[in-house]
Amino acid sequence: MACIETRGLRRAFGATVALDGITFRVEEGRILGLIGPNGAGKTTALNAITGLTPFQGELRVLGRDPWAEREQLMRDVCFTADLAVLPRWARVSQLLDYVAGVHPRFDRAKAEAFLAKTTIRRTSKVKELSKGMVTQLHLAIVMAIDARLLVLDEPTLGLVLFVALISHQAGQVQGTAR
Amino acid sequence: MNTPTHTMSESRLESPVVAPAMPSATSPMYWSVRRELWEHRSIWMAPLALASVFLLGFAISAVRLPARMRAAAALDPMQQRAAMAGPYDMAAGLMMLTAMIVGIIYCLDALYGERRDRSTLFWKSLPVSDRTAVLAKASIPLLVLPLLAFAITVAMHLVMLLLHSAVIAASGQSVAALWSQMAMFRRSLFLLYHLVTVHALSHAPFYAWMLLVSAWAPRAPLLWAFLPPIAICSLEKLAFNTTHFLALLRNRLEGGPAAMPMSGMFPTDPMTHLTPGAFLNSPGLWLGLAVTAAFLAGAVRQRRSRGPI
Repeated sequence: MACIETRGLRRAFGATVALDGITFRVEEGRILGLIGPNGAGKTTALNAITGLTPFQGELRVLGRDPWAEREQLMRDVCFTADLAVLPRWARVSQLLDYVAGVHPRFDRAKAEAFLAKTTIRRTSKVKELSKGMVTQLHLAIVMAIDARLLVLDEPTLGLVLFVALISHQAGQVQGTAR
Repeated sequence: MNTPTHTMSESRLESPVVAPAMPSATSPMYWSVRRELWEHRSIWMAPLALASVFLLGFAISAVRLPARMRAAAALDPMQQRAAMAGPYDMAAGLMMLTAMIVGIIYCLDALYGERRDRSTLFWKSLPVSDRTAVLAKASIPLLVLPLLAFAITVAMHLVMLLLHSAVIAASGQSVAALWSQMAMFRRSLFLLYHLVTVHALSHAPFYAWMLLVSAWAPRAPLLWAFLPPIAICSLEKLAFNTTHFLALLRNRLEGGPAAMPMSGMFPTDPMTHLTPGAFLNSPGLWLGLAVTAAFLAGAVRQRRSRGPI
């Protein structure tokens, strides 16, 4: 089974066509980068893959329709849309509790071990953390989820995550996109 | 990241036949409700704050109680009962009002706030369906707030009754009359009935409407929630010189199908007559619940398709 498979993927916002009949296939265990100028439709494509936006044409992610089956798909897919999306009111411990409570593939011990290497306190609220610390926190959550597909639509977090994955778990990079 | 996690190995030990797709038990509904209580702390803080202020006021007023009791003794039993129950009804009424205000503010922000601060992108990256998320949010005004208002009001009534009794006993009068007049158990039962029938079931369409607006509004959910009903009322008045829509809204706000047959009496007064059969048989109740379901279904659809603003 291909990890991502599209045929004639199309998405228009009014008269603006963001995606015009895209066809591609990503096998498991691969790393794929989307490169293009602003407005090329990179985010729209990733949003369609992660079930955030409806689309025309065919799209299967891990064998599922992302728009119709987002909930089930999110058990196996981990995505970071943006660096600044962690709820500002939440405490670090609350975020860990919540993700552990709803995500069957979240390994809390792993996230805690990662956070132990940072200066982030469990009792801090997200809004009290610096930008870099929020990135680390998001990273700790993402890395503790045993995902079959990782989708990163944020250059900073994406790069940090990438470096972390390579340096800390060199042997497991391939496993991430198994 | 494909090493077996702790939770995975545990569940494999317990049930080796279960596929590793479900490594640990999760309860999205429970955690979604808890998350709402974390984010919107006013849900429980506002009622508690009101209760403390009210009890403080009541304690200060208690010094004048013996005199009031003697004055009340000259009245007939009906007026006596009303005079004694006054502060208790006030406590219950204020708590209901607080719960309603908190519920309105909560509903308008529940699905709008997460789009405004973009955290909706984080919530949607987790395996929690839009339906679970919306139902968890709907449970706050329909379940959590009425039950919380009930628990806090009963606690307030008990403290008030104990304080009341202490003052009366200290002044040498009998507390038996007070306890029999207050009929605490009956009063609490009626309060629960009123909260469930009026504040949860009859008001459900209002809260569901506000959740729908909160999920949809591009901005200013408060305006979008209140202007359309006002517009409909004005239009009806101007075009047909009738006020059916306004009457409909007022009737529902006052309890609609659950409205007390005896008007002018406080709903938790132990002398009122409950008619749960008539309430359950009234088409208004079921029509209201159908409208609630439709609004909530709309809110689920909106949450699915709306991104951050």
